[in-house]
Amino acid sequence: MSLRISTAPHMHNPLTTQRLMQYVCIALLPTAAAGVYYFGMPALTLLLVSMASAVAAEFLWQKIARQPVRIGDCSALVTGLILGLNLPASAPWWIAMIGSAFAILIVKQLFGGLGDNFLNPALAARAVLLASWPAHMASSAFVKLSFYRAGLDTLSSATPLASAAAPEYPYSLLQLFLGQTPGAIGEVCKVAILLGFLFLLLTGTIQWRIPVVMVGSVFVWTLLLGTKMLDASLNTALTAVLSGGVLFGAVFMATDYVTSPITPFAQTVYAFLIGLIIVVIRKFGIYPEGVTYAILLMNIATPLLDRFLPQKIYGHLKKEAK
Amino acid sequence: MQTKTFRRGIHPLHHMHEGKGPTRDLKTREYVSDTVVISMAMNIGAPAKPCVKKGDHVDIGQVIGEAQGFMSVPVHASVSGEVVSVDSIPSLGAGNVQAVTIKNDFSDTWVELHPLGNVEKVDPKAVIPAIQAAGITGMGGASFPTHVKLTFQAGKTCDTIIVNGAECETHLTADFRLMLEHSTRIVDGLRAVMRALNVKKGVIGIEDNKPEAIEAMQKAAQGREGVSIQPLKTKYPQGGEKQLIEAITGRQVPSGGLPIDAHVVVLNVGTCAAIADAVIDGKPLISRICTVTGAVRKPANLLLRIGTITEDVIGECGGYSETPGKIVFGGMMTGICAPNDQMPIFKSTNGIVVLGDKESRSKDESPCIHCGRCVAACPIGLNPYQIKVAADKSDFATAEKLHVMDCILCGSCAYQCPSRRWLTPSFKFCKDHITAEAKAKAAAAKERASAGLSNASDSKDKGSKEKQSADHASNKEGGANK
Repeated sequence: MSLRISTAPHMHNPLTTQRLMQYVCIALLPTAAAGVYYFGMPALTLLLVSMASAVAAEFLWQKIARQPVRIGDCSALVTGLILGLNLPASAPWWIAMIGSAFAILIVKQLFGGLGDNFLNPALAARAVLLASWPAHMASSAFVKLSFYRAGLDTLSSATPLASAAAPEYPYSLLQLFLGQTPGAIGEVCKVAILLGFLFLLLTGTIQWRIPVVMVGSVFVWTLLLGTKMLDASLNTALTAVLSGGVLFGAVFMATDYVTSPITPFAQTVYAFLIGLIIVVIRKFGIYPEGVTYAILLMNIATPLLDRFLPQKIYGHLKKEAK
Repeated sequence: MQTKTFRRGIHPLHHMHEGKGPTRDLKTREYVSDTVVISMAMNIGAPAKPCVKKGDHVDIGQVIGEAQGFMSVPVHASVSGEVVSVDSIPSLGAGNVQAVTIKNDFSDTWVELHPLGNVEKVDPKAVIPAIQAAGITGMGGASFPTHVKLTFQAGKTCDTIIVNGAECETHLTADFRLMLEHSTRIVDGLRAVMRALNVKKGVIGIEDNKPEAIEAMQKAAQGREGVSIQPLKTKYPQGGEKQLIEAITGRQVPSGGLPIDAHVVVLNVGTCAAIADAVIDGKPLISRICTVTGAVRKPANLLLRIGTITEDVIGECGGYSETPGKIVFGGMMTGICAPNDQMPIFKSTNGIVVLGDKESRSKDESPCIHCGRCVAACPIGLNPYQIKVAADKSDFATAEKLHVMDCILCGSCAYQCPSRRWLTPSFKFCKDHITAEAKAKAAAAKERASAGLSNASDSKDKGSKEKQSADHASNKEGGANK
């Protein structure tokens, strides 16, 4: 009889990397569906192009670099999908393609591939696209909102916060919540994002800490500081939380395993600081929206947080006096 | 009563009653095979030396292996009959060990026993020698000689004896059955040790997935001086020595130290029952309860003689239910793989879990995605993912800086890892390497010190060997013993 021999443990939690990534994809489905519902076919095309290019870029890189091809772990698919959801529906298809390729090739693979990138690939790509093609990525882009099928053309800026010049904030909280606003494909419908969040929590894919602390931090800081156009008030704070990419970023991007800290306390600090940076950018910066840069900045700080906010180790700090 | 626990940890097979379902409600039954192979190396420390030869007749309880020094225990015949051979067999770890094979004549004649009687009246000074003579080692898995555990260095004090009835390992129900069927014996053993060490407090910790055991033990502890039952949360590794101490006393064992540094001694329930047998009846440790489960037709809790061969045990359980891929001695989280089914059971074999071919296939590692599940699992509070990076580069200095030596090898991180990284095996490798390196350094220093004294080389060799085994023991002792 031939028996296998190995060191313990002899069993594993059935949850694998692939399964986790699939869970993230599933959690993104309501958001993607809402985006396609509001923005129509262009949104669908962008999502498909960005997903396909991300997976293709990963495949090509791994082939050329003679690495084992790991597109099956679905991590490239997640990156592509998140990038697509970060684009305004009016963006041309090649924007999605360049963004995905940049995310996978430059941000992810050049730094060592899955697990070794120090920035969230989709977010870094979005930042690059914002800087390179502001016209396609920001407020000058128009799109026909399928929601207003009556024929009303609506401004699809990156975020409603861009209408800084408007004397009054144009959207009600309910509109913001349901997603009847301009914005990137994935960030508009908060209901869908919350559904995804619930799914991620129930499957144990992510913990509540980062999203809740980050949103809470945005709320509290806006309540204290206000925004460029609005005074500090409860209504403003709620509007701030529901505007732009705060919820989407909190649930799907700040929680990226690779680029967020690991211990609960470090995660809390990380999420809290993201919230603060968002509000500071929104209040004092020239950009209407700060989520991308806030998360990217804290991505960079993640190794520091992990290093300087370690957990207590059993039997170490509590030296007993004899 | 309030349920206590430690920080972090995992819940393996939580939805399947921790894998204990198939054997949980099966009453222990005795099985005696016609041949036993009794290993001389059933304890951490020096193996015993065989003192019988081929053709000798032995009675049950007769010493067949003499202890070699303090860090060693005697080995006794577990059946009566004729010694068939004294030779070497593969050990459960690496290398070979001496073993005595006895053909059972089923006459069940015992050697003359020297019972000490009621544990409440016995001379406290007689308890530890009785334990030593009975060949008792930790029966939860770590096989540390019990009399060594109960003998402290000067200046160390003990105020609590903790009895480990957590049985947090998956699939195993041996301790559970013992607590149900021999509750009074466990309390007797605990009382004997409490009296021997003059300790006023004895706590029996039991996970709350065993309410029947908690009830049975509470009943048995009624009216017994200083003995109490502490329900514990069902969480792995609740039965790890350090975790148990943290849960029950709120204290921590200092890094690199032993439980006694937290003024605690931890004994397994099986060890306590064996102590009661040794003290009350004068019986040496010749049998134990062992859970046989997994890919066998009729899973069971068996009372087995030490040295019963796995093949016979599996046969008693109706044979394999599918082609076996792995035979694990112990539970699925910390058990050791048997190289074949001729392996005899040891004093510490609390379970034999057979894995089918598919379950036993090893998985490929994929890149770490920094999900933090290992950190959230680690009962010690280590960063397994960082240590693994160092281990992969054979950077032992960094691994040590990241406190790999505090790792108890419980396997929680490796169980949780979605990338199937070989965390625990790497850490075991690191720990072994660092220990060996430290030993080599110490040996080299010693050699330098004794340079010139060439005629002393013989005794020096012996000394370093003894030290080696003692080091090995204290290193292992820190590990999760359950």
